[in-house]
Amino acid sequence: MSATRVAAPAASRTAPEGPAGRWQVPTLVRHLGIAVAAALALVAVSYGLEPFRNFQLATVAAYLCATAGLTVLTGLNGQLSLGHGALMAVGAYTVALSQDAFAERGVTAGGTLVVSLLAAVLVTVAVGAVVGAAAARLRGPYLAGVTLAVAVVAPALTVTFAGVFNGEQGLAVPVAPPPEALGVYFPYERWQLWVAGSATLLCLVLLGNLVRSRYGRTFRAVRDDEVAARLAGIHVARTQVLAFVVSAAGAGLGGALLAVLAQSVSPGAFSLTLSLFLLMAVVIGGLGRLAGALWGAALLVALPDLTHTLTDLLTLSPAAAQRLEGNLPLAIFGITLIVVMIAAPGGVQGLLSRAVATLRARLPGRRS
Amino acid sequence: MRRSARRGLAIATSITLLITATACSSDDGGSGRGPVPGVTDTEIVVGTHMPLTGPASAGYSKIAPATKAYFDYVNANGGVHGRKITYKVMDDGYNPANTQQVVRQLVLQDKVFAILNGLGTPTHSGVLDFLHSNRVPDLFVASGSRSWDQPDRYPNTFGFNTDYTVEGKILANHVKTTLPGKKVCFLGQNDDFGRDSLAGVEKVLGAEAVVARETYVTSNTNVAPQIGKFKAAGCEVVVLATVPGFTALSIGTAARLGFRPQWVVSNVGSDHPTLAKQLGDAAGLLEGMVGINYLPMQTDTANPWIQLFTKVNQEHNGNAPFDGNTVYGMAVGYLFVQVLLAAGKDLTREKLVEAVAKGGFQGPGLAPLRFSATDHSGYGGGRLTRVSGGVQAYFGAAYETDEGDGAVNEYTAPPVAPPANGVPTT
Amino acid sequence: MDRFVFLTLDGLSRGAVYAAFALALVLIWRAARIVNFAQGAMAVAAAYAAYSVSAATGSYWLGFAAALATGLLLGAVVDVAVMRFVDHRSPLNPVIVALGLVLLIQAVLGMVYGNEFRPAQTPFSRTAFTIGGVAALSPYDVFVFAAVGVVGAALAWIFTRTAVGLRMRAAAFAPDVSRLLGVNVGGMLTLGWALASGVGALAAMLVIPTELGLHPHAMDLVFVSAFTAAVVGGLDSPPGAIVGGLGVGLLLSHVSGFAGSDLVPLAVLVLLLAVLLVRPGGLFAPVTARRV
Repeated sequence: MSATRVAAPAASRTAPEGPAGRWQVPTLVRHLGIAVAAALALVAVSYGLEPFRNFQLATVAAYLCATAGLTVLTGLNGQLSLGHGALMAVGAYTVALSQDAFAERGVTAGGTLVVSLLAAVLVTVAVGAVVGAAAARLRGPYLAGVTLAVAVVAPALTVTFAGVFNGEQGLAVPVAPPPEALGVYFPYERWQLWVAGSATLLCLVLLGNLVRSRYGRTFRAVRDDEVAARLAGIHVARTQVLAFVVSAAGAGLGGALLAVLAQSVSPGAFSLTLSLFLLMAVVIGGLGRLAGALWGAALLVALPDLTHTLTDLLTLSPAAAQRLEGNLPLAIFGITLIVVMIAAPGGVQGLLSRAVATLRARLPGRRS
Repeated sequence: MRRSARRGLAIATSITLLITATACSSDDGGSGRGPVPGVTDTEIVVGTHMPLTGPASAGYSKIAPATKAYFDYVNANGGVHGRKITYKVMDDGYNPANTQQVVRQLVLQDKVFAILNGLGTPTHSGVLDFLHSNRVPDLFVASGSRSWDQPDRYPNTFGFNTDYTVEGKILANHVKTTLPGKKVCFLGQNDDFGRDSLAGVEKVLGAEAVVARETYVTSNTNVAPQIGKFKAAGCEVVVLATVPGFTALSIGTAARLGFRPQWVVSNVGSDHPTLAKQLGDAAGLLEGMVGINYLPMQTDTANPWIQLFTKVNQEHNGNAPFDGNTVYGMAVGYLFVQVLLAAGKDLTREKLVEAVAKGGFQGPGLAPLRFSATDHSGYGGGRLTRVSGGVQAYFGAAYETDEGDGAVNEYTAPPVAPPANGVPTT
Repeated sequence: MDRFVFLTLDGLSRGAVYAAFALALVLIWRAARIVNFAQGAMAVAAAYAAYSVSAATGSYWLGFAAALATGLLLGAVVDVAVMRFVDHRSPLNPVIVALGLVLLIQAVLGMVYGNEFRPAQTPFSRTAFTIGGVAALSPYDVFVFAAVGVVGAALAWIFTRTAVGLRMRAAAFAPDVSRLLGVNVGGMLTLGWALASGVGALAAMLVIPTELGLHPHAMDLVFVSAFTAAVVGGLDSPPGAIVGGLGVGLLLSHVSGFAGSDLVPLAVLVLLLAVLLVRPGGLFAPVTARRV
């Protein structure tokens, strides 16, 4: 998958790549480089931040897997999914059941987590393949309808099969403490950030590579024009199922990480609302690029925090506070969504790209 | 410069920016705090998670403001051992994922001394392990689940509500003694609420005495199929383990099917003002409904506790509509102040938990608080209520029992009056 | 057998409301190619308007009229003030804007009216007539069927028999040609939004009294069922919405009656898959994919 890119034809040299074109580095190496840089940055900040911020950042990482997966599906392959919250639930419950099984057999080593996470991804991939196979036949609102139903079904099933999933109350996820080598007083939240961060970076490297590969190009070709893609010899249905599977893997890992962070799972956390918020997050972040998924994930975590900060700022009479509390931030978020979609349909990442392009154009004699 | 390196740098920069942005918003520094989190010479910071928004917030969103109002009242009267109580209320929208965030924010960021009255079984279950590993006192959880009574596993967690099995037993005892031989049916929520309640009912009546059992899910607001089945089965008494919305829905649905059994309703779903408001013109259907409660009735204006809470509500809660949730919130506040006093002037988390486990608290409740070293559940009984002439009032004796096979006994201890200035002294 | 009849009648009366709401979704889809996720929130806003008017005047019917008027107006406002400015090249953009509207409307309703349930009146008794020992329909159910029937018939008449209806269809199917022929395409679009929102408001007025009561989130679950109904029937087909709505209502009632209410979502998913895998455009999708 580390195919070197074909040199761009002269006519399309609008991107500021310049002479660097002949110095191409294999995609995988490039992405690994970025990942290592990001990992170093993450470790550095994990020491600089308080435990709660570490936890929030870890949650961003978990959501990032899911939003990146959704970006691949919706942004790059053009399939709409209102059911990614359900796929996250599949990952979360798999990791819970697997960790519980390990704990029951007295296996509490840290390594079990890796096995459980892998199991979560595999199970979600299987579920994603089934949903994807159905989805590949459907378009637009019909696809939305089926994925919406999936989003509603998943939490309901945990109640139907309460014997396995323990209904509304959910399951606990036993997770081993940080390795002793790190010291006795190593903050648990920092460890959580390391775990979630490394899993997410791995997931992003794989996704980033896929996007740049032949598969990524077929994804986009199918999104842009199905008929043309078919004429070019692309198997459209197979491509769509593949995109769904890849996306499900991301969602499954994200859900699994979320469960590990919370040390518990319950259906209420994976409601239809989550699915809709995921979609809002990736669109606001910017659908076209994986980088947009980062902004989306950050938004998902920052929102409840913002809620609290906002109401704290206002000193109101008890009666007024009871009405505004919670509602005011939601109203502001709603307006923001509408305004952003009207003013900047490319989302945050679109805005940033535009700003960067403008800056570059203003820097005379810039050398690569 | 290579494109790759440049992009790597760009990403690393943006991550760092993001982090500094989040870091900057946390301005607390933690300086000036004593060694005990959330406690200084002048202040005690306590937190809670509550649904203030979303579909589950109806009614519940009034509890925390009431508790806060009671704390403000205590603060205005000099506080506890010279310390004022600050109550941080976080909205989790009844979504367990949000509960995770807000409780961590309270504990790790705001450094609260304790979590008080966190609401909801699915929401609070998810943070039990976190609170336990951080040794945070987790007092008076607002739910009747039996999960809070696990002293070995969660030594710092204590319940408040009468648990669902206990109230199920007391309700069933009423059916057994005053409505013998009637056909009894049961409708419960499809979770531990319905399950535990049914278990209590069956312990007293016997499993074969319940002729039809049905469940509902909150995501499906049509209960006609279930109620239709009860009618077809000829049920004469229907026990409901339902939230208020579904109590009203069940009673309304039964009426339009021409089915009028004796309704016997668990505490959560039997608050008359809430039900009457929801039924609107059809509120008359509630006539004769039997419910259960363990706190003074808000309509009982002769009760000194209600007089006290009404005064607090006027002075510190903007005279918000006074209902069962207000009484509940203030009762929680009163108990917490009692516990703080019992923990002594030299306040630590360990002392607080010890004080609760020592038990012996008496307040507005009509049933005993069961706290001991081995029992972390809250109220251990209740008194039956009946709606008559559009007013819900207590009748008969108060009862107490356990969640096992113990008998349902009358609770005869006389009620206590509130202290003169409304603030506990010991 | 009694139980079967009972569940069928119960399902149909509920299905009629889903049908009306699905019809509202179909109207907007046909006019603007948008699935209006804000339909539920807009309808609740109209129902709150009815609540205020009824409380002030004491008359159910004045409130009912206020709800319809608010619905029509809100639809027009949403089109003119919001949707007109949305970039429709990506079908996702209007969806996200609609979700933003949901948050905004529900939050504003929560601020104005509080997050408490409010009682919703019915104009007729909900006590069922008993026929042969089986509780059959109530006067209110009859009113629901009649209201939905009248609206369905009126819409059919408008779209097939009137000049305005013809222009609306033309504006939706061939905007450029219609513009050349002098049709006010923008105006027709706004009219389509207003009509759809009015129908949605009607559905809310019919269904809220049968549910938990008036609440900012009162239509969330109804929206999910109605959207399913519209998809099953085919989003381009008003008769499909009616059939889909009744079908989903029946399914919900029978599944919770015979199998348990927790299985309802699963049954809905199975129904959707069964229909869409055979007919990916819904039951009433036109058979000929392309016409010249």
